[in-house]
Amino acid sequence: MKKLLLATLLLVSSVVFAANEGVMSLRSQSLDVQDPAEKLKNYPKENLQQPINYIQQPPLIPHHIRGYEVDRKTNKCLTCHSFKNFKRYGATKISVTHFINREGQALSDVSPRRYFCLQCHVPQVKAKPLVENTFEPTGALAE
Amino acid sequence: MRALKKFYQILCKPAVHYSLGFLTIGGFVAGILFWGAFNTALEATNTEAFCTSCHEMRNNVFEELKPTIHYSNRSGVRATCPDCHVPHKWVDKIARKMQASKEVWGKIFGTISTREKFEAKRLHLAQNEWTRLKANDSLECRNCHEFDSMDFTLQAERAARQHSSSLASGEKTCIDCHKGIAHELPDMKGVEGYQ
Repeated sequence: MKKLLLATLLLVSSVVFAANEGVMSLRSQSLDVQDPAEKLKNYPKENLQQPINYIQQPPLIPHHIRGYEVDRKTNKCLTCHSFKNFKRYGATKISVTHFINREGQALSDVSPRRYFCLQCHVPQVKAKPLVENTFEPTGALAE
Repeated sequence: MRALKKFYQILCKPAVHYSLGFLTIGGFVAGILFWGAFNTALEATNTEAFCTSCHEMRNNVFEELKPTIHYSNRSGVRATCPDCHVPHKWVDKIARKMQASKEVWGKIFGTISTREKFEAKRLHLAQNEWTRLKANDSLECRNCHEFDSMDFTLQAERAARQHSSSLASGEKTCIDCHKGIAHELPDMKGVEGYQ
């Protein structure tokens, strides 16, 4: 009985060990190995062609935003993209959805929940995807 | 009063013991020494190290400057505090240094000795600088960034559009758009061009 127990234990542990060896991270790195740090990438000054990939995707920011302050005191994005200023600078204006609070009421200015632009809108660097991705936009957005 | 009178009499009398040559050449040499010392002292107050020797500057505006392009960048050229905040021309520089005596007053009485006090004063302080730069057509910017040397074709489209229109016509000056280029902005409610 004791021998049988020992044998089973040995078998189970060897199976577990073998399984462990085969586990890899998505970046094809063994789990216990620290990834080498990726090279930092620079944001391009301008990359004006940024397609929308799915319905209701927040559009990407097609320019660099180094040093742009968005906080309680000021919002640099709105100096060009607000309803008041967009025409003057030829910028895209923020959509009216940004004026609606969570109760569905339209406010007279940007709703606090939509004030921090970078929560949804981000600039993009030209980087190879870390893992393969087969996503294709469909319907109206398909090319 | 009597001592003052005596001093005045000494000043008015010709020298008895010293030759004219000694007095003129000696005076000239003393003048050079004085001027050298004065200028050295003045320049010593015109350094990043001097500006950041007070915690008011070191912990607030200097910290905010550090992540910006004027502090560290690809080509390793740094604009230090006086490059933007002290005029380069001598007369203007002295005038600014005299104004700075107000800042010594502020230091002594702790006008902005805490972060809260500084934040409360930030709009006022920023407006001082905006007004100054607006009045001299952003001279301190233009000491390095010369309009005539700008190549619009190398600029991003948005930048080129603004620089070739509003800046070129003189309708706007650098500070009109580039507020907060090196430090955090104050609450911008009611400031022209901001929401």
